[in-house]
Amino acid sequence: MKCTKCRGTAILELRRHNAAFCAPDFLAFFKNQVKEAIRKFRMFERDEHVLVAVSGGKDSLALWDVLIEEGYRTTGLYLDLGIFDYSVASKAKCETFAAAHGVPLLVVAVADAVGAPVPVIKDVTRRPPCSGCGLSKRYLMNRAALEHGIPVVATGHNLDDEAATLFGSVLHWQTDALPRQSPALPSTHAKLARRVKPLYRLSERETAAYAFVRKIDYIVEECPFAKGATSITHKEILSRLEDVSPGAKHNFLFGFLEKARPAFERAEAVTLNECVRCGQVTTGTLCAFCKLADQVKRRA
Amino acid sequence: MKVILRNPRREVEVAGGRRVKDVLRELDIIPETVLVIRGDDLITADQVVRDDETIELRPVMSGGSA
Repeated sequence: MKCTKCRGTAILELRRHNAAFCAPDFLAFFKNQVKEAIRKFRMFERDEHVLVAVSGGKDSLALWDVLIEEGYRTTGLYLDLGIFDYSVASKAKCETFAAAHGVPLLVVAVADAVGAPVPVIKDVTRRPPCSGCGLSKRYLMNRAALEHGIPVVATGHNLDDEAATLFGSVLHWQTDALPRQSPALPSTHAKLARRVKPLYRLSERETAAYAFVRKIDYIVEECPFAKGATSITHKEILSRLEDVSPGAKHNFLFGFLEKARPAFERAEAVTLNECVRCGQVTTGTLCAFCKLADQVKRRA
Repeated sequence: MKVILRNPRREVEVAGGRRVKDVLRELDIIPETVLVIRGDDLITADQVVRDDETIELRPVMSGGSA
């Protein structure tokens, strides 16, 4: 197969774009997609400091790599979930990457903040492991940004992540979740950092290919708790759809963002308060994170 | 040819001298869900892999969230 741009040997076919690229042209394509995402949603300005949430996986390290390459001022944030060997290995990947690029990395342990690591939180709450984990991560990302005066948090969510989340929300018509699903969520409160997803235009196969071509050493193994997660099942279903109908995921997500999301956005009006205990933003009086920490304290 | 699969890591032997897409079909793997690695390079699904070669099919799926 030939590169669509230069007719050299292609390394990756992108069926939904009806294209194939050699390594240099693929890297250029990838960076252009990230730049387009940042521009289209005005994610951050040239001189803004960006907190990049990194897990040691392909997506977040690819994101960090592109932003460094593009000359942005970045700080990495690694949240240590305390998931046995998986966390030890993924933290090492982030530390190695940060050291090699000479960029700062913050490390926050979930166990220090909540009172227990993710495996214990999972048992205590009897909720799916990804639930307490996701809640803790969102809270700690925002808190780290505020503490370090960084206005924006960037995560490595890709096109497949976003399409799978949307699929899950639509399957259950979780209309409260729909307006919040966006590549960029503005800061709606002085204590809320902006949240952006600069990889939303790129599939996870493309982020994996970028990480491979750039020789980024990332953790290939899955989180041991992700097995059987609903979002993984949704991804598998969407990939089967994509196989017979290239562009299906792209059209599903982009169509939602352009045509459907604005309608749901208008319907949403929530009041934001500050948590009576920790002062972070919540729609209630005591935030979900403090409630989780209470639950851990009672049962652990 | 030898095929390396991940999560968990294992190796299978299949007939070589065929295109990658034929190997993927035999193993019931959707092309969109893996990178195909031969040596230090990625290769596309139309490439022919010889019987004495090794390829890795690296899954690209990650996550868990809800």
